[in-house]
Amino acid sequence: MSNVEANVDAKPKARDLLNKIVADHYQGAWDAKNAGEKVGWCASNFPQEIFETMGIKVVYPENQAAAIAAKGGGERMCETAENNGYSNDICAYARISLAYMDVKDAPELNMPQPDFVLCCNNICNCMIKWYENIAKELDIPMILIDIPYNNDYDAEEDRIAYVRGQFEHAIKQLEEITGKKWDDKKFEEVMEISQRTGRAWLEATSMCKYTPSPFSGFDVFNHMAVAVCARGKKESAEAFEALLEEFKENVKEGKSTFKGEEKYRVMFEGIACWPHLRHTFKTLKDAGVNVTGTVYADAFGYIYNNTNELMQAYCRTPNAINFERSADMRLKVLRENNCDGAIIHINRSCKQWSGQMYELERVIREETGIPTAVFDGDQADPRNFSEAQYDTRIQGLVEVMAANKEAK
Amino acid sequence: MDKIYTLGIDIGSTSSKCVVMADGSDVVSSAIIEKGAGTDGVDIVLEKALGDAGITMDDIKMTISTGYGRKSYNGDKDMSELSCHAKGGAYIFGEVATIIDIGGQDAKVLRLDKNGQLQNFVMNDKCAAGTGRFLEVMANVLHVDLNEFGEYDAQATERTPISSTCTVFAESEVISCLANNADVKNIIKGIHYSVASRVAGQAKRVGVVPPVVMTGGVSRNSGVVRALEEELDTSIAVSEDSQLAGAIGAAIYAYESYLKNK
Repeated sequence: MSNVEANVDAKPKARDLLNKIVADHYQGAWDAKNAGEKVGWCASNFPQEIFETMGIKVVYPENQAAAIAAKGGGERMCETAENNGYSNDICAYARISLAYMDVKDAPELNMPQPDFVLCCNNICNCMIKWYENIAKELDIPMILIDIPYNNDYDAEEDRIAYVRGQFEHAIKQLEEITGKKWDDKKFEEVMEISQRTGRAWLEATSMCKYTPSPFSGFDVFNHMAVAVCARGKKESAEAFEALLEEFKENVKEGKSTFKGEEKYRVMFEGIACWPHLRHTFKTLKDAGVNVTGTVYADAFGYIYNNTNELMQAYCRTPNAINFERSADMRLKVLRENNCDGAIIHINRSCKQWSGQMYELERVIREETGIPTAVFDGDQADPRNFSEAQYDTRIQGLVEVMAANKEAK
Repeated sequence: MDKIYTLGIDIGSTSSKCVVMADGSDVVSSAIIEKGAGTDGVDIVLEKALGDAGITMDDIKMTISTGYGRKSYNGDKDMSELSCHAKGGAYIFGEVATIIDIGGQDAKVLRLDKNGQLQNFVMNDKCAAGTGRFLEVMANVLHVDLNEFGEYDAQATERTPISSTCTVFAESEVISCLANNADVKNIIKGIHYSVASRVAGQAKRVGVVPPVVMTGGVSRNSGVVRALEEELDTSIAVSEDSQLAGAIGAAIYAYESYLKNK
């Protein structure tokens, strides 16, 4: 068989498919903007099914901020926002986004300026003020879906009704802003695709339950961009299904995208430390530590069977759920994936996420008996991380995990 | 049979410590100098410890470095100060369940199992509050030798509260206390409680189980030890060798590692 034929037969790699979806996503937004359509800036956990149904193009400031931070532009953008009067205490995604609104250029990743903003506060409350400021500065409309913190384990009917009411109102607002129309039939189709995407994504990430895990845990931090920006698209469902197949194949063949021996398996708690992704990853990799569980990446896989369950799913986003549910999520990850330890990122940007971590750490230790290590960092501001401190904590954790293995 | 000598070197942020051990059980010699990572401190303690033991590097079977500057020393292996303080603490004190180690720029609380094995740990947040560095800054402001802090504390008649967590803010607070003619001894007592309350918060996160001991340079400060005992409502053992715990632990690990790889 010739090389040419071999290439024709070769299935495209899931990674390439996923990268293409992200590239197409941004290109689609630019094309819409250039064609005079209204383009929005959207929160990562806003019900994406709405504008997918209506054919409205949106881009995600959180994705952009993460990309800018990972490519080294976080400090520059944070300082721009601080020079504009924003406090250093505000989330670095917010600062980067507010800076981008002002300077309108970031060589790391550019995206169209917004004609409206779509805010959903289930995963982030700082976002309300962040988006309000954008709306005020640029004099554009803001649509908010308010998902209150759930004191109970599940969101009760009254809360679902509250969210549903806002959902319907958001559709009306979007119709007025963009001139595009809602279509129930299309919505059904989108919901179906979105669930297919969610199922494939969650099943793919769950493959780390195998030992060795068929993939390096940090891979999912890269792949999750598609789960955020394109979960209602058929291509996303297909790409994640391809990813799942690759992982299954790896399990069968005992292979992994984690290079080297997987000596230890850990849960990584919290948002990735994007500005120091390479260092945080390499330190673990060099010690044979693979991340076999996160809650963050799974937060963007939504499973539901009808609109009521869709509302319920958006109410179950991390940061909107009560402590007991939060703890159960982590314990499930740790147990199902046979983790030897947990690494907890105390993320200066996200007080909402990090605030409950000390108590969560205590619960993890008590319930599972595994060692944990906490480190200070930031999702996008590189100034809030110390390599030496991270290294000491990781080395300590690895030494405890090694002693535990030896004692078994 | 010839003794097996191993070396433990603890290169901290403000001091260097070195221990020569025989057969992983007897401290043959040790040396401490108030010069930490990035200085010639490590060379000085190494020379002194080897000289006192009457041996040379050729007699050393294995060396493990630990502490903030552990990677700067080209030994056989490096280990975190967490494991080494746990191992050294168990060696010095025997039965121990909780170790509080306050060093130059970090504070850690270690929980050990009944075999003296490190189970879990909590370290300070990134800032210098609750560490030796915090005390150094205060000593500079007060113009009191840090080695005398314990004695000053013992003579205090009351505690001047220092409520700022941040080292820089606490420095300003101490200056304003001085301006208001507060007694230096009482201020020092307040400073010790400030450190103790922060470290106690950490200790409670990992769980304080007696016996509790203290290692690291700050364990020499009796004022901090007293304040911590009060905050945690438990007695805390210290030893003359507390500051050597990390180096002792490293030397024991070196011995174990040598036996394993022999």
